[in-house]
Amino acid sequence: MSVKQISIFMENRPGRISAVTKLLGEGGIDIRAMALADTTDFGILRIIVDDEEKCVKLLSEAGYSARATAVVAVGFDDKPGALAAVMQVLYENNISVEYMYSFISKEAGKAYIMLRVDDNDAAAAALEEKGFTLLNSGDLFGNK
Amino acid sequence: MPKYWNEKIECMSRQEMISLQNERLVAQVKHVWDNVPYYRKKMEEKGVTPDDIKSIDDLHKLPFLSKADLRDAYPYGLLAKPLADCVRIQSTSGTTGKRVVAFYTQHDIDLWEDCCARAIVAAGGTNEDVCQVCYGYGLFTGGPGLNGGSHKVGCLTLPMSSGNTERQIQFMRDLGSTILCCTPSYAAYIGETLHKMGYGPDDIKLKAGIFGAEPWTEEMRREIERLLGIKAYDIYGLTETSGPGVSFECEEQTGMHINEDHFIAEIIDPDTGEVLPEGSKGELVFTSITKEAFPLLRYRTRDICVLTREKCSCGRTLVKMSKPMGRTDDMLIIRGVNVFPSQIESVLLKMSNASPNYQIVVDRVNNTDTFEIRVEMTDEMFSDTIKSVEAVEDKISADMLSMLGIKAKIRLVEPNSIPRSEGKAVRVIDKRKLV
Ligand SMILES: [Zn+2]
Repeated sequence: MSVKQISIFMENRPGRISAVTKLLGEGGIDIRAMALADTTDFGILRIIVDDEEKCVKLLSEAGYSARATAVVAVGFDDKPGALAAVMQVLYENNISVEYMYSFISKEAGKAYIMLRVDDNDAAAAALEEKGFTLLNSGDLFGNK
Repeated sequence: MPKYWNEKIECMSRQEMISLQNERLVAQVKHVWDNVPYYRKKMEEKGVTPDDIKSIDDLHKLPFLSKADLRDAYPYGLLAKPLADCVRIQSTSGTTGKRVVAFYTQHDIDLWEDCCARAIVAAGGTNEDVCQVCYGYGLFTGGPGLNGGSHKVGCLTLPMSSGNTERQIQFMRDLGSTILCCTPSYAAYIGETLHKMGYGPDDIKLKAGIFGAEPWTEEMRREIERLLGIKAYDIYGLTETSGPGVSFECEEQTGMHINEDHFIAEIIDPDTGEVLPEGSKGELVFTSITKEAFPLLRYRTRDICVLTREKCSCGRTLVKMSKPMGRTDDMLIIRGVNVFPSQIESVLLKMSNASPNYQIVVDRVNNTDTFEIRVEMTDEMFSDTIKSVEAVEDKISADMLSMLGIKAKIRLVEPNSIPRSEGKAVRVIDKRKLV
């Protein structure tokens, strides 16, 4: 079970994030989570959106390099030690994390993280076995 | 202190020089006709035989050679001596087609080193001097040429090659170097490093520097002279004609005297090939009249400059050329290395996933050339992790280094971000103000 994340290549210069978020906003794309990784010269904006096909099309037409990648969305109780427990499962199963970011839940008492690991299926299986909630796009945009 | 390395030649009357050139040119054309089928064919196509060349007035009848001929004839097609008679190869960086490979007999090495000796003496060098050569050694002609000239003059020669600047300065201080030979940008860098280390011109014994292999300005000259407390002399040459020393500056610092007893210079209209009168700005063409192994006749340098025979206060009668004012092709000289935009394009085209949309940005920061290649991102090159994008940058960077022989900073940019003018991307932004 996984969620499609859109990654967008951006030069590290003023106005780029503003331009891309404006484009998506005007295109009616609902952004549920986002994270930015950057180096001195460039950045990669990662977003979880309600309609990834439309989003990629919009970005490509506007001339951006964008790509969809599967990530694992994990939900757990919002309490101390819960995140560590998720990490422990991955570690025990020899799964490396490329990157991860958290996002806000609409459900009280729950926290979510997006995980990009070297083996999504293995991570999903291991986490589910330990009783963590995995989400799909529908869960994230359940109100639509 | 002798003022000239070879006074007889350097101060020869015009009439004497013309008869020397006539005699050498006639013999050289015969040598090439007999030994270089490639050029003989060009002459035949033009309907010229050695009998038509009786003096330098007939020079214009000979066909030109260009970089394209060097590529077609690579590697042995322009060789005029058996390999058994050759003792050395020098070469420019770059790939086949752009790379120049030149051959030398011992005679050719001697005359080349003699030309460099003239430059060193013109800069005030004697056998009392300590000459630190920080040009690159190896296939590049800079190190070997000045090294040989320094030996001829009898200077104590320090074959340092480039790099490790603090060690350069340490040697300079410990061994009392008096003459420095390197690229002007490296000279400026040595000067800045000297000051950063807390020293100044009074802490070293340098009196002169001979700088070439890349374009530089009068402002840069003054800066180098100030930083190092020296007089800075320009030197010019290209691998095709032997290397540095084809022409050199005297104390007047108003252009470089061409060693006309070895190289006849012409200025032509780059479009029509017509020879232009003295004082005109045009493309510089050289004819080697003494080289044995690699005697290029009417070689088009692509450098734009002006020749003058105005009397020089140094006493030399050798014709003077201005600093090159530009190029007739798109070649860039970056940190002394010749770079063609087409080489960059070929690296990108070889990478199946890269965009051939690139832009070269050259600047000069603290007297050192900066070299950046911007490459537009493609969907194929892109992925969601930083490390995979950086791996793409590293791959391009390594391929560029092996193609160009010089390190470039690779910057990946967004698709379609490189400005197009009338549909064509602007390939080169050269921010260096060199002319
Ligand atoms: Zn002079």
